[in-house]
Amino acid sequence: MAGSSAPTEGGFPSPVEQFHLLEMINIDVAGLNLSFTTSAFYMMATAVLVGVFLVQSMKGRHLVPTRLQSMAELSYEFVAGMVRENVGSEGRPYFPFIFSLFMFILVGNLFGMLPFGHYTYTFTSQIIVTFAMAMAVFIGVTVIALMKHGLHFFSFFFPSGAPVYMAPLLIPIEILSYLSRPVSLSVRLFANMMAGHTMMKVFGTFVVLLGAFGVAPMVVLVALTGFEILVAVLQAYVFTILTCIYLNDALHLH
Amino acid sequence: MDVEAAKMIGAGIAVIALMGVGVGIGNIFSTLIASIARNPAARGEVFGIGILGFALTEAVALFALLIAFLILFA
Repeated sequence: MAGSSAPTEGGFPSPVEQFHLLEMINIDVAGLNLSFTTSAFYMMATAVLVGVFLVQSMKGRHLVPTRLQSMAELSYEFVAGMVRENVGSEGRPYFPFIFSLFMFILVGNLFGMLPFGHYTYTFTSQIIVTFAMAMAVFIGVTVIALMKHGLHFFSFFFPSGAPVYMAPLLIPIEILSYLSRPVSLSVRLFANMMAGHTMMKVFGTFVVLLGAFGVAPMVVLVALTGFEILVAVLQAYVFTILTCIYLNDALHLH
Repeated sequence: MDVEAAKMIGAGIAVIALMGVGVGIGNIFSTLIASIARNPAARGEVFGIGILGFALTEAVALFALLIAFLILFA
């Protein structure tokens, strides 16, 4: 996102400036800029937080869970229920991946709700991050389907029960909609995060610009922040459940 | 025409697509409320799917908003 630094009304920087990255450790490998940015820092922080939370909360292994253990068990049961419902018993080997995906996106989105603009960052608001995750899911699911069903996998594009003369029309449409899955999966998460944060930035600008009457945009901003937290959780849930649905499609062709 | 002005007009036209999304989301929740009213016991099951449908429709809204932001800021 090449947002220009040109000031808008009132001398404020453009709302997309918040997505500029701060390089924390500058690493230059043969001309490639591989610096450790805030995005990488928050990805590490997410992984560390989720790992530490799960390990620490399950340390006691009480039969009657403590509060922390109960939180870990709740999140486990939530994702396990999702996999069980949408994929069935054959999806159990894939549960660790789906659980990691869910927790990573959830905590990553929620980290973006922290203040202190320049030093916090929503790494899911980068299209390349969400695209990488969506491609991992898409390629993984396609490879699983090919390995399980071999060439019979291509019967997926021709729904059974449809008249044969519809095939030349139906098959390209089905293939196109299958290929658009990683695109829609990644753009959904990316656009939600980017648009949400940009809207919050724009309303923040209004609050300062209106001076005394800035109370009105402030109220909207409070409601918007609450909505953004909801969207953060919801988008993690939607990404995960769509992954489960695609996995189900791969394991049981239709 | 000034580039800035053209950008503003383009962004404005791009968000007309949100009209369809508004209809869609209203449709989802009206059916959700109607189905819970008919059969209150189904609330748990129907609610999850309703929220999933809402999030997927919202995604289309955000595709349109994304185009508007791309026109405006990039």
